[in-house]
Amino acid sequence: MKSRSASVALAVAWRNLHSYFTRPSLILPGLLFPLFFFVAFAGGLGAVANVPGFSFGPGYTAYQYVFVLLQSAAFGGVFTGFSIARDFETKFARRFLLAAPKRGAIIAGYGIAGLVRWIFTATIVTIVALASGMNVGGNGIDLLGLLTLALMLNVAALLWAAGVAMRFRTVQAGPLMQTPVFLVLFLAPVYLPLDLLTGWIHAVARVNPVSYILEAARGFMAGDPVYVGLAFGLAALLIAGFLVWARRGLRSAEASGA
Amino acid sequence: MTPGGMLAVQVKALARRSIRRTLRQPASVAPAILFPLLLLAVNTGGLRAITQLPGFPTSSYLDFFIAFTFMQGALFATLNSGTDLARDIQTGFLSRLSLTPLRRISLLAGHLSGAMFMGLVQALIYLSVGVAFGVRLETGFAGVIVLLALAGLVTLGFASLGSFFALRTGSGEAVQGLFPLFFVLLFLSSMYLPRNLISTDWFREIATYNPVSYMIEAIRSLIIEGWNAEALALGFGCAAALATVGLTLSSIALRTRLGRA
Repeated sequence: MKSRSASVALAVAWRNLHSYFTRPSLILPGLLFPLFFFVAFAGGLGAVANVPGFSFGPGYTAYQYVFVLLQSAAFGGVFTGFSIARDFETKFARRFLLAAPKRGAIIAGYGIAGLVRWIFTATIVTIVALASGMNVGGNGIDLLGLLTLALMLNVAALLWAAGVAMRFRTVQAGPLMQTPVFLVLFLAPVYLPLDLLTGWIHAVARVNPVSYILEAARGFMAGDPVYVGLAFGLAALLIAGFLVWARRGLRSAEASGA
Repeated sequence: MTPGGMLAVQVKALARRSIRRTLRQPASVAPAILFPLLLLAVNTGGLRAITQLPGFPTSSYLDFFIAFTFMQGALFATLNSGTDLARDIQTGFLSRLSLTPLRRISLLAGHLSGAMFMGLVQALIYLSVGVAFGVRLETGFAGVIVLLALAGLVTLGFASLGSFFALRTGSGEAVQGLFPLFFVLLFLSSMYLPRNLISTDWFREIATYNPVSYMIEAIRSLIIEGWNAEALALGFGCAAALATVGLTLSSIALRTRLGRA
């Protein structure tokens, strides 16, 4: 049964990745938006490094690279959610449901696809960042921590989007998948560290779990890790919560006959 | 009825149709109003400390950044109107219109008047929200009029480009595909910082050649500087040039499209 589940997961992942890498309309938004945010933030806002109290060893380009890496991870998960919704809308997912002995393997398949899609995007973004002269402060272990956090965010976002996709089973639910993710990301300390934020945005950022994941990821990049336990704990909690959300979504799709 | 009167009737009817159709689609109207306000809130909150940079022209980042909101609103109005026009082509409505005595200029003028009206409504909403949160125009009430005029002209410029793409491709998806391109134009401008404070040389260079920078700076000057003839001339000039290019291209594309229909 285990090997059959694995083959279902791999088949779902392969199909998703095949459509992704052969259709520019799918590959370009996921790739261009992070690159574009990186260029706009790192290039246009470099002077932010001169704001009194701002201190980040590797420089503002690296500071924004970390945000863009996490953003690409989260949106990579959301875009995979769009694919799930499309499969349900076109009734293709019905065949998956009929064929899979353990339907959790379907979610795992989409998860593998989301991960590969994000690794592709992250590689391109990293090459562009390094080519633009980005400094890296952390050592190998720190960078592994940074990538693991990004990967966990990718999985959490995918599970969130999958839950929405399987409940609504239409691409029109796209805004519902991406707007909360966009909000949570941009209500974190995007441009300046948490300590330098003031007013309502500081109050919101302080209770936003992504703030601590972002601050920890930047700490890894600078070689000066902060909030490590909290960030990994929050990321694990997000994954656990959204896994339940996605599984219930799958049950809802099964019950509807998809 | 005189030819001029007939033209006015045709433009009015098509503009009314364009406005009604947009208003009947809350899924299109709501993001166009809410998304720019959301970005305004997030960016003014997150970048408040940037006003401490030496040489920053105001102590309120809301006053500085709200100009971008008008540009983003114009962009949304453009995409909505372009998508509607593409739908008219896809559903055959444009072909049916071509069988009537409707003048070609009325079709374009009616459609763009609808887009401009929506752009102005959006601009009024953004301005009201800004004023409610403390934005005060250095140029006073006259500045509001000039700001709305510029916002209308910018919407006309972008909307005419959206119409051109709709007429050329006849596809709503192709018009929506313009979004990233326009978004890049907006972000690679002086939207976050005055050009003299952009520290990255290549970015400052791009922002200097990007006409969107001058449209943003003209709106911004009305809010934080007072009457700045140079900024206004550059802003209105760039918007007028964009509108001229867009209208010319749209007219040519419409002639070709109706020739095919």
